[in-house]
Amino acid sequence: MSRITEKVRAGDVRTVARLIRDIDDGMPEVRGTLKDLYPYTGNAYIVGITGAPGVGKSTLVDQMLSHLRGQKKTVGVLAVDPTSPFSGGAILGDRVRMQRHSMDEGIFIRSMATRGHFGGLTQSTRSAIDVLDAMGKDYILVETVGVGQDEVDVVKSAHTTIIVVIPGMGDDIQAIKAGILEVGDIFVINKADREGTDKTLNELRLMIEMSQNKYDEGRWKPPILKAQAAFDKGIAELLEEIEGHRSYLNKAFGGLHFRKRKDKVREELAGMVKNRLIEGVINKLTETGEFDAAVKSIVEGKMDPYTACDNLVLPKLDFSAE
Amino acid sequence: MVAKPGLDGHDRGARIIARAYRDAGFEVVYSGLHQTPEEIVEAAIQEDVDMIGLSSLAGAHKYLFPRTVELLREKGADDIVVCGGGIIPEEDIPALKKVGIKQVFTPGTPLDVIVKWVEDNVKPR
Repeated sequence: MSRITEKVRAGDVRTVARLIRDIDDGMPEVRGTLKDLYPYTGNAYIVGITGAPGVGKSTLVDQMLSHLRGQKKTVGVLAVDPTSPFSGGAILGDRVRMQRHSMDEGIFIRSMATRGHFGGLTQSTRSAIDVLDAMGKDYILVETVGVGQDEVDVVKSAHTTIIVVIPGMGDDIQAIKAGILEVGDIFVINKADREGTDKTLNELRLMIEMSQNKYDEGRWKPPILKAQAAFDKGIAELLEEIEGHRSYLNKAFGGLHFRKRKDKVREELAGMVKNRLIEGVINKLTETGEFDAAVKSIVEGKMDPYTACDNLVLPKLDFSAE
Repeated sequence: MVAKPGLDGHDRGARIIARAYRDAGFEVVYSGLHQTPEEIVEAAIQEDVDMIGLSSLAGAHKYLFPRTVELLREKGADDIVVCGGGIIPEEDIPALKKVGIKQVFTPGTPLDVIVKWVEDNVKPR
């Protein structure tokens, strides 16, 4: 076992933090460590929490942390915030709502920006989850702002996905990507003391029933919960539903390991292969100057992008050439 | 990390500088108000930041800033650069620098001056 692997398994905060940073920055040496750590993953229960900005996800996570610690569980948190498309920078402010837990040794909280990532948000988050898993956390909570496809994809890495909305979202709910409604296992209407809660509940129920597959006997039916995270209301019920979903998954798939689920493994591997290819091919083409030459010919009107692309890629895809 | 140790009641300055850093392309973890040096250091380590900017408006800098540097040292994380800002009298600055606060930015310092200093003096990893 390498030194880094040892330290991660021992729960060394500094090592884990640096490793996640290296994953963020796409450092090549990370691959070796991730390979070493992989056998130690598969123990943590992963919960994704997503929803529009301002619905109270971080507050919800903060309360969940208290409850889980009350049950003596250890927790890792990944809080993902959007990178500014203009400057490439980001303000990572989810931690503010959870700071009271920062001195708790049983909790590790890490903020991540969406576009700091090599190979895409999903891959980096997936790797960070693996690290927290290998670190020995019982639960891993992944919080994202579910407005982009990337952010929606991230929660597919979770066992249970929670969609958080607030009352009166009305048209906003219509605007929520269909993708989100399909991946939701549990729906929470936060700030449920506000007007319009029941109306929102009914609208949501209707939309969920329309977008999710027909309910066969024994399939999970996503509950809709009311909560007021700021007042610690509805959190115990939420955790109960999560446990309920966990039992369901255990029964339905004969275990919780993602490794046992062909669909998940396929998805993850396809994503990794895609990223590796892109990394390899674009880097090579940039190195040889072919890429820039292609850009030049498009700009000069000498070639269309489709032809340029085929010229760059097709020769590389010739599997018959050894 | 932009952090607010102590009892300050508002954080407009900290938010402004956080935004300036973001606009310059940095990733900023914001700590929120009423943080103890212990909380700040623990968060900085979990987030693996390159620099901590401490903001104080009410005179807490004399104790809380050096305490933060001390804790970083104790935890073996003194490669994290620490800077200070806020209402800090000129005469207090030399003492702060002596204990390891790399730079202090007083009110009125233009944002782009601060950002440039960080770009020039804080190396990632």
